[in-house]
Amino acid sequence: MALSLKKHPMPVQAPEVRAHNFEEVALGYDEETAVAEAERCLHCKVPQCRKGCPVSVDIPAFIAKIKERDYDGAIAKIKETNSLPAVCGRVCPQENQCEKYCILAKKGEAVGIGRLERFAADRAMAEETEAAPVQAAPNAQRVAVIGSGPSGLSCAGDLAKRGYKVTIFEALHKAGGVLSYGIPEFRLPKDQVVQKEIENIERLGVTIETDAVAGRLYTVDELLGEEGFDAVFIGTGAGLPRFQGIPGEDLSGVYSANEFLTRCNLMKAYRFPEYATPIKVGETAAIVGGGNVAMDAARTALRLGAKKVYIVYRRSEAELPARAEEVAHAKEEGIDFRLLTNPVAIEGDENGWVTSLRCICMELGEPDASGRRRPIPIEGSEFTLPVDTVIVAIGTGPNPIIAQTTPGLETTKRGNIAADEETGKTSKEGVFAGGDIVTGAATVILAMGAGRKAAAAIDAYLTEKRAKKG
Amino acid sequence: MYEILKKEELSPNVYAMEIDAPRVAKKAEPGQFIILRVDEEGERIPLTIADFNRETGRILIVFQVIGASTMKLAAMEVGDSLRDFVGPLGHPSEIRKLDGTMVVVGGGIGVAPTYPIARAMHEAGNKVIAIMGAKTKDILIMEEEMRQVTDEVLVTTDDGSYGIKGFVTNAVEELVRRGEKIAQVTAIGPVIMMKSVADATRPHAIPTVVSLNPIMVDGTGMCGGCRVTVGGETKFACVDGPEFDGHAVDFKGLMSRQRMYRDLEAEEKEHVCRIGLGRK
Repeated sequence: MALSLKKHPMPVQAPEVRAHNFEEVALGYDEETAVAEAERCLHCKVPQCRKGCPVSVDIPAFIAKIKERDYDGAIAKIKETNSLPAVCGRVCPQENQCEKYCILAKKGEAVGIGRLERFAADRAMAEETEAAPVQAAPNAQRVAVIGSGPSGLSCAGDLAKRGYKVTIFEALHKAGGVLSYGIPEFRLPKDQVVQKEIENIERLGVTIETDAVAGRLYTVDELLGEEGFDAVFIGTGAGLPRFQGIPGEDLSGVYSANEFLTRCNLMKAYRFPEYATPIKVGETAAIVGGGNVAMDAARTALRLGAKKVYIVYRRSEAELPARAEEVAHAKEEGIDFRLLTNPVAIEGDENGWVTSLRCICMELGEPDASGRRRPIPIEGSEFTLPVDTVIVAIGTGPNPIIAQTTPGLETTKRGNIAADEETGKTSKEGVFAGGDIVTGAATVILAMGAGRKAAAAIDAYLTEKRAKKG
Repeated sequence: MYEILKKEELSPNVYAMEIDAPRVAKKAEPGQFIILRVDEEGERIPLTIADFNRETGRILIVFQVIGASTMKLAAMEVGDSLRDFVGPLGHPSEIRKLDGTMVVVGGGIGVAPTYPIARAMHEAGNKVIAIMGAKTKDILIMEEEMRQVTDEVLVTTDDGSYGIKGFVTNAVEELVRRGEKIAQVTAIGPVIMMKSVADATRPHAIPTVVSLNPIMVDGTGMCGGCRVTVGGETKFACVDGPEFDGHAVDFKGLMSRQRMYRDLEAEEKEHVCRIGLGRK
């Protein structure tokens, strides 16, 4: 059989249908498609794909298992290093990671590694072949993990596997961090995927305390002191939304993407009034920004009934930080991209409601510090976009609560926690940190990688601590 | 789950509840707030802490029935449990010995959160005067409690049925007129009241603290819904506040945003009434 240069396409809901529902867009491979896609893997002697994976999944090995139709074997292989495969198979930017290094990508399309990972994970979930619950030994050392997002879950999962007694403290009423409040249902189903992955982590013996705002309820010092933990991992993420600081951001109808998505995803405002949290999206919405969060907000606005949705981004298509797949999905659904356009003011009516977004056209100049060509306003090019909703998705900063309440914990100029990239070690003994709270907003998988590295470092630290005691 | 241990109707549509929340009570300080959810479908409702007791592990909340969510909360009885009760959130009030008199101003149910602040400032050795405002005598709350932790209480009612006829600002001006050496005013209540108090103290350069309770979802710095412009800068009431310099807050922007969900709230209230959730 001749080797296909193309990936097996992912079956998806038709754009005109999915633009009006919150069901998952990508439907997943069936068994035959998955095996056929697995057949495309060449099993390179020195597999390059693995070096692109922040959690070092043994990619050729799990793909080989799928080829053999040994699906239990496939998921077991993945889970050796990845605590959240059903999540990663859906939201990892594989094109910049594993698939980027796939040898097939040189001539055609890479093996659909992410799609195969999702297939293996979904199949295991459907068959409930998950492992039986385990519990740490009663005398095991205890680790407190602050935040139940990707870095916290991954760190907790790894530590539990190493025999530690782990408690995760989550500020919200639901675990998952950005997986629960941020990424929409149509990209990452909450009950069938996120909740199940979290239950799998709990089966490893991890306890999750929700409604527990670490820093306020227990400070880091109290966790290490009277609460009796031997080490603390901070994975509080980059949750603080940024605004542009332009006039009109106070108007009704202006949301941060975080608020908009939290209302919809975590609070289920899309099922209002059955769920009590309201959300407002009018006829026309403008989303400011060009990242994955902007795409999520735009597609959510559409599904909530907006007739016209704009993405307003100050650079050009080539610089859009969102994944190509997300941009393509958004375009198929009819999102209108206003590129090289930057808002200068939000305008409102006498009742304080948004009526329009005042914008200016941009052109690209010389590359800036980020290496991307700097957008420069074109004088006299201002124009008005009539909208009744503005969603600001220009990035987030670090959550300040832990830094505010933990003396001796060094932070960077930008307010991130200063931690060693390889170990997550902070300036405070026994305290480790990783994920967006250290790096600034990045991806789910990079945060998971940081959680994993910190788990290894915490293991080393606690082993030494034990030895000293013994 | 967080059990309701005591419930009292303080005035029509205004309730006080004592909630069993030992770990929150252990850390609560005056000026902080909590967020609760009645049930799995519930909204996250932010409420400023009205009192706390570390020994009994109880937190007192006082709320007014306004929308569907508070209607559902009011329908809960002693022995029922709240799905979620998170806190303490926000920065505590600054409690210290002042060079002069501390004046707390509470309007409507805003009286409740001024109570622990008054008590703590009194315990810190300050002369404390409480100004309590209500539309009419019957709906004034917590007067007895307040008298016990302050040196003087001034009541104002809009209709003159009790105390000074007029608004809390009249009482503030009265104190200024009689030469009271006011070192700080802390005002909690409707936004328009806090704005009026700040306007009244500004000409006399009296430091004035207001406690904001804007639209909010998570209460931990994540949603930015509670943003407010203070001294030209965007601040989040949940992690930067809830207390701010009343002379620097942009009240106009705050007031217009408070109305954002008014029509949806009406729709939801209608929904709750129709399916009978708000009934006792």
